Amino acid sequence: MRLFNFNGGVKPEPHKKNAAGLPIAVLPAPSFLVIPLHQSIGGTPRPLVNAGDFVLKGQRIGAGDFSTAGEMSSAVHASTSGQVVAVEERCMPHPSGLSALCVIIKPDGRDQWIARQPFDYRHHSPSDTRAYLRDAGIVGLGGAVFPTHLKISSGKHSALDTLIINGAECEPFITCDDRLMRERADAVLRGIGILRELLNAKQVLIGIEDNKPEALAAMTAAVQSSNQNGMAVVAVPTRYPAGGAKQLIRVLTGIEVPHGKRATDYGVQCFNVGTAYAVYEAVALGQPLISRIVTVAGNVAAPRNYEVLIGTPMKDVMAHSQPLDDTDRLIMGGPMMGVTMPGNEVPVVKATNCILVGSPKLFPPPPPEMPCIRCGECAKACPANLQPFELYWFSRAKIFGKAQEYHLFDCIECGCCAYVCPSNIPLVDYYRFAKSEIWAHEREKESADEARERYEFRQLREAREQQEKAARLAAKTAASRAAALAHVAESHPATNANQSAAEVSESASAATAPDQAAAPTPAELIAAALARARVQATEAKNTTAPTAAQQAEIDAIEARRAEIRAQAQPHLPPDD
Amino acid sequence: MLPALLVMALGAVLLGAALGFAAVKFRVEGDPLTEKIDAILPQTQCGQCGYPGCKPYATAIAKGEAEINQCPPGGDEGIRKLADLLGREYKPLSAEHGVEKPKALAVIDEQRCIGCTLCIQACPVDAIVGAAKQMHTVIAAQCTGCELCVPPCPVDCIAMVPIAEDISNWKWKYPVVAIRPVATR
Repeated sequence: MRLFNFNGGVKPEPHKKNAAGLPIAVLPAPSFLVIPLHQSIGGTPRPLVNAGDFVLKGQRIGAGDFSTAGEMSSAVHASTSGQVVAVEERCMPHPSGLSALCVIIKPDGRDQWIARQPFDYRHHSPSDTRAYLRDAGIVGLGGAVFPTHLKISSGKHSALDTLIINGAECEPFITCDDRLMRERADAVLRGIGILRELLNAKQVLIGIEDNKPEALAAMTAAVQSSNQNGMAVVAVPTRYPAGGAKQLIRVLTGIEVPHGKRATDYGVQCFNVGTAYAVYEAVALGQPLISRIVTVAGNVAAPRNYEVLIGTPMKDVMAHSQPLDDTDRLIMGGPMMGVTMPGNEVPVVKATNCILVGSPKLFPPPPPEMPCIRCGECAKACPANLQPFELYWFSRAKIFGKAQEYHLFDCIECGCCAYVCPSNIPLVDYYRFAKSEIWAHEREKESADEARERYEFRQLREAREQQEKAARLAAKTAASRAAALAHVAESHPATNANQSAAEVSESASAATAPDQAAAPTPAELIAAALARARVQATEAKNTTAPTAAQQAEIDAIEARRAEIRAQAQPHLPPDD
Repeated sequence: MLPALLVMALGAVLLGAALGFAAVKFRVEGDPLTEKIDAILPQTQCGQCGYPGCKPYATAIAKGEAEINQCPPGGDEGIRKLADLLGREYKPLSAEHGVEKPKALAVIDEQRCIGCTLCIQACPVDAIVGAAKQMHTVIAAQCTGCELCVPPCPVDCIAMVPIAEDISNWKWKYPVVAIRPVATR
């Protein structure tokens, strides 16, 4: 099979031997689980449980508001059975060190599952299957945590040419996918089979870096025994970042996905092996995503891979590998793309593929940043074919428009440029800064546009209301004027204003057809109004002299009203 | 002599007709400069500039009637952008129009609200919902933080709460070079 090449890349020291040599250890539930509600790209799911509730293992504890923007979100589940102690803000595994809403569960030790039902995707519509995967909390486990149900949205309408399964795992220290493929190749393969059927893919390519011969052998054996046509395990050359989705697609198919396009537009879709395994567990076993495999490596005595319940505090996981005394920090992810954690209390989340324990000796503080000498090494190393030095200048000078013109958002933050930079410039830090500034600007712009729209609509509405009010007033004036006019026209011959009540009411009701020809003088209008008033004054009112029966009725009504008022108190204001 | 005059006259007539046609055909609706200025203004609609909204202020700037430093929510950055756009000199924010504050949202204390609807009438972007004698509330996503609802409230139940930093709006900081003491000999 012909393989292709991507630009640049680097070959850092792998540091994988120690952790990859030992089998995956399944960790027991810790004393407390801290399960963040926001674990995937998209909106934050709202909590479905309250403090004091008892939950079972696999029970949904957080779900997006799927009717609105929640389609971009994914559900969250209890990792074991126990009692919800609190639903509160806790420090997140995020470089900011800020807090977000978490469900804290005290495990009861029984580890009791919910009723698990396999999902027969063959007899369900693609949209039902997507909803199932969303509710099972399946997200991309390669680190980007993009909801999986959104990636199979092409469904069975259009056939996919190539399904790529990413087992490259190019970052140093990380071996979780390696161990998963070695130990659970059959389950991974069944997950791949499910994904293939859902996407209706013609061929499947499983890309694994050639520094993992055991994983390659295990997957090849599994593929051969499964007798699937058009499925191949491909050894790709070991070079960071071969495990980037765009880079792996390029290596395996030669397709370069352009800026602003998606891989599916070119008939390619890419999933991580861990995601395939999670899909297998969800669909074939009915188990939502409640655990993942995490590598603990770096400054520890016994680096190893663990199957960890989502929500386990990192310090509990670390403790099994015995961190050395000079440990000074935790990194989530690898040394190239990982982010330093605000503390060791933060929980393992769906995005945690590795807990890298750091020390000043292992990761010495970077040498001081020197000026850029325009050597161009970064451009040679950039796997996204960008010009990192240009991006750096514009980001540093805060000329964000220009940085965007140089396709800042195609940067995958792999860190190759900073790795090769002879001036030790923390280039990725500048790109991250520029990206978040641009996002903030865009958010502001969006809300300003919405405010403008709403303001203009309000202006419009106020103008319309004023117009309607004026029109109503004009109509009313015209009607009363016409009535008066008709009355004057009728009563004018009899200069004597002494008219009977019947005559007046008749003339008022007949006033709908105004006599436009005779314009009334002000004196006539006044005379007419006076006449009307006089008639009203002489009219007998029904309240002046009620009969005994009427009076009794009035009294009865008053009594009822008093009773109602007493009942309604204090909700009603007193009658005036 | 005459043919030359005729040719020139004909040319003038033709060009005039073409220009006249273009003026009608490609007529620009509205004032593009006002639109550009309006796009820079923060759309808070707070009226601190002395005009009843961002659009009227933009119109006044475009006409040369207003200074560019009268918009406190737009802040220093907004003034610089306006100065760039209009080729005017940068000026610091005029103190009589207010000071730049961190963005805040109006929050109604629902226990104290008496349902008078005065804030609803004051809100320039219709971001407050409620009815007479019913509790009112602010739609946080649509509040511009203009503070116009605060003075009309007869029971002072509206507070301006600054927007807190959370994970969704957190920003990576500008990389700074750590200053380290030089080893002394």
